[in-house]
Amino acid sequence: MADTATFSPSRRFVLGVVGFGAAGFAVGCDLRAADAASGPVTQTALGDYVRIGSDNTVTVYLRHIEFGQGVSTGLTTIVAEEIDADWKQMRFEHSPADNAKYGNPAFGGMMGTGGSTAIFSSYQQLRAAGATAREMLRQAAATKWKVDPSTVVLAKGEVQSGANKATFGELAAEASKIAAPDQASLKYKDPSTYQFIGKERDVAADFGRLDTPDKVHAKAHYALDYNPEGALTALLTRSPKFGGKVASFDATAAKAVPGVTDIVQISNGVAVLATNFWAAKKGREALKVTWDDSAAETRSTEALVADYKKLLAKPGLEARKEGAGAAGLKGAGQVITADFEFPYLVHAPMEPLNCTIEYKPGESCMIHSGSQMPTGDQAAACAVLGLKPEQVVITTMLAGGSFGRRATPDADLVSEAAQIAKAIEGKAPVKLMWTREDDIRSGKYRPMNVHRMTARINNGAIEAWGDRTAIQSIMEGTPFLPPGTPDFSSIEGSNDIAYSIPNISVDVHLVKHPVSVLWWRSVGHTHTAYAKEHFFDVAARKAGKDPVELRRALLVNEPRQLGVLNLAVEKAGPLPAGKTRGVAVHHSFSSYVAEVADVTVNADGTFHVDRVVCAVDCGIVINPDIVRAQMEGGIGYGLSAILGEALTIKDGAPVQSNFFDYNVLRMAQMPKVEVFIVPSTEAPSGVGEPGVPPIGPAVANALLASTGKTYAKLPLGTKA
Amino acid sequence: MKLTINGKEQEYAGEEDRPLLWYLREDLKLTGTKFGCGVAACGACTVLVDGQPTRACVTPAASLEGKKITTIEGLDTPAGQAVQKAWAELDVVQCGWCQSGQMLAATALLTTTPKPSEQQITDGMTSNICRCATYHRIRGAVARASEIMG
Repeated sequence: MADTATFSPSRRFVLGVVGFGAAGFAVGCDLRAADAASGPVTQTALGDYVRIGSDNTVTVYLRHIEFGQGVSTGLTTIVAEEIDADWKQMRFEHSPADNAKYGNPAFGGMMGTGGSTAIFSSYQQLRAAGATAREMLRQAAATKWKVDPSTVVLAKGEVQSGANKATFGELAAEASKIAAPDQASLKYKDPSTYQFIGKERDVAADFGRLDTPDKVHAKAHYALDYNPEGALTALLTRSPKFGGKVASFDATAAKAVPGVTDIVQISNGVAVLATNFWAAKKGREALKVTWDDSAAETRSTEALVADYKKLLAKPGLEARKEGAGAAGLKGAGQVITADFEFPYLVHAPMEPLNCTIEYKPGESCMIHSGSQMPTGDQAAACAVLGLKPEQVVITTMLAGGSFGRRATPDADLVSEAAQIAKAIEGKAPVKLMWTREDDIRSGKYRPMNVHRMTARINNGAIEAWGDRTAIQSIMEGTPFLPPGTPDFSSIEGSNDIAYSIPNISVDVHLVKHPVSVLWWRSVGHTHTAYAKEHFFDVAARKAGKDPVELRRALLVNEPRQLGVLNLAVEKAGPLPAGKTRGVAVHHSFSSYVAEVADVTVNADGTFHVDRVVCAVDCGIVINPDIVRAQMEGGIGYGLSAILGEALTIKDGAPVQSNFFDYNVLRMAQMPKVEVFIVPSTEAPSGVGEPGVPPIGPAVANALLASTGKTYAKLPLGTKA
Repeated sequence: MKLTINGKEQEYAGEEDRPLLWYLREDLKLTGTKFGCGVAACGACTVLVDGQPTRACVTPAASLEGKKITTIEGLDTPAGQAVQKAWAELDVVQCGWCQSGQMLAATALLTTTPKPSEQQITDGMTSNICRCATYHRIRGAVARASEIMG
């Protein structure tokens, strides 16, 4: 089965991204070099990804943004290994916006962080970058010392041949003049000699996350922390209803607020600018906008669900057919069916969205933001401001979480900020901020959806499986989905169901309306895994089978799914008295994860998830502790959604507005988590997202085991 | 009006209702204190006011005359330093945005309760949201900080 989950099929993407990729510009390197030159430390590039400092640091350019998932350590580890560095000399920096050098092959060559592709798409490339730099240093040393290159040894950041010794920093300038070796001739380290790859965090040796010290000591710089002199803070009033437009506005009261400097209308709202946040907030509160709702959504969640269910009565676009497909659902035995309802979900990263833009009309534009798609942002700024890509410098900052929200194909944030900067003719830097209310109420949600699950059970076996979904497409209209291509993100996890069931039918209805949607950590798998894995337990029990045993039987040809399933179940051990247990296994982003949830159901019907045992197979592991951290965090993020998160719509407008009514997981709800990693020599695959999908069905299956109920409406809430 | 921030006296002459958060971030450039919700619902902006964990996003700067305000930049008590050390040892952070607030909350907890039980850790920390869900490691780091404090 093709891995529809991975952002790998460049054939799907390449057509759409030509517009972004054709420019072939090179920005940023010179600028950064100039920055560095103003200080005592100089940086010398050995290839596109590795720079050696005169202070003997090794800085790796990240083409992926660090927003918590650990790429600043993971990608750097790969280079450190092949260049034979000392960990203490390793640094990271986000690369400039430049598709030609830093495009993600898994995004068709466009720069992008997402789809859990960072390690998977960079592993070989960064091994080569490290090995290339190593050979350049070796050759430089050999030339300098007049020795045979084979006598030159690199270890722990030092270069040595006999009595000759030098640091990387001392050799960097000479090394940079040496032609890079032929890539085909590169020799890679024997994994048995690895110092860093696959190694555990080591406090004594200072080997751990590279972003930890700065984040612990408040020295990390996020986009919102960038505050150029004289910047105006902008808050945008957007339509309360999805699809509404500005009809008119009265700025009199807003202009009277001390500190408010400008009020400007842009394509999707009216911006209030002020000398500081508090003034901008008061100004926005005083602004009166009249909305034209003639094209706005008017329905509420209940009506949307009802409309989706009407669609489910008819066949949708076929996504998978095995055996007789849907016809197989009719026949001998018992047919069971359930409608699984999933709400809109908000990403709600802890750092609210923001972007700072310094615009000089006709000349240049500098953008500081924490974006997953910097070259897309660059193109958006160019389009709004009439600049060329080389005039738009994007500085990618650390981002305080994203979970998909900072990867917007329409570059909403930069587009808004650029329109505002243009409207005030660049007279001051503009810092566009989103409040939490803006974040919760402005769309780009995980799409709400309904799965109609059907199974035919006969003679103790699941003979037929049907999974029909109604959902808005995330990909349609983006550069990632050429016209006429089915949106795989809506059905990933459903269509690649791995159980050997003789008749399978998966189909989908793609719905269109103005509520905007976006990929949300693990994308389609957020709902498909729940529907598949929970309904599997419902069906297995109906067939009189133990759900784990039936999984084992139906996954005999899926060794990696079976491997994580067995490992998680084994490590979970016997079920403690007084608890109920559920198990789920799922394949996403080329990785395999099984989770076992132990849950206490109290006498009053409330329940608590006490412990989760997770087994993950993500191929070759670069940093085991980061894999663990991503599983822990993914479990928490997924649990948050299934327990309490829902964005509902009333008369076309969102109901929730902040963390007091959009309920996210807190520590009291967090289970103990144990993570076990399957040793593997397969290619490395994703870890940012695959921990999320199994937790929901594992918990639902635990509740099912206790109550016998099917948990088909999310979120679950507090009672079993 | 004089405010004492990280042991240093600052003259505050801003509006009466302007939250401390924006004075710290915009005027004093102490950007370690983070904006998360603006309504005291997430704890990202937690600072200590006379040792008490306080939400800077809803606390007017002008209400803090004569109080001692500690932000992540000035976390120099034994509990605070143990917390930062433990946070680093366990690689708690992911995105890191909420962690200043988490560490200030943990410092307040350990200052009054140097040997917290598991339940006391949860009670002391559960009002601080982490969307990366580093809660598992925060629990461990608070316990580790308690050990470091001896």
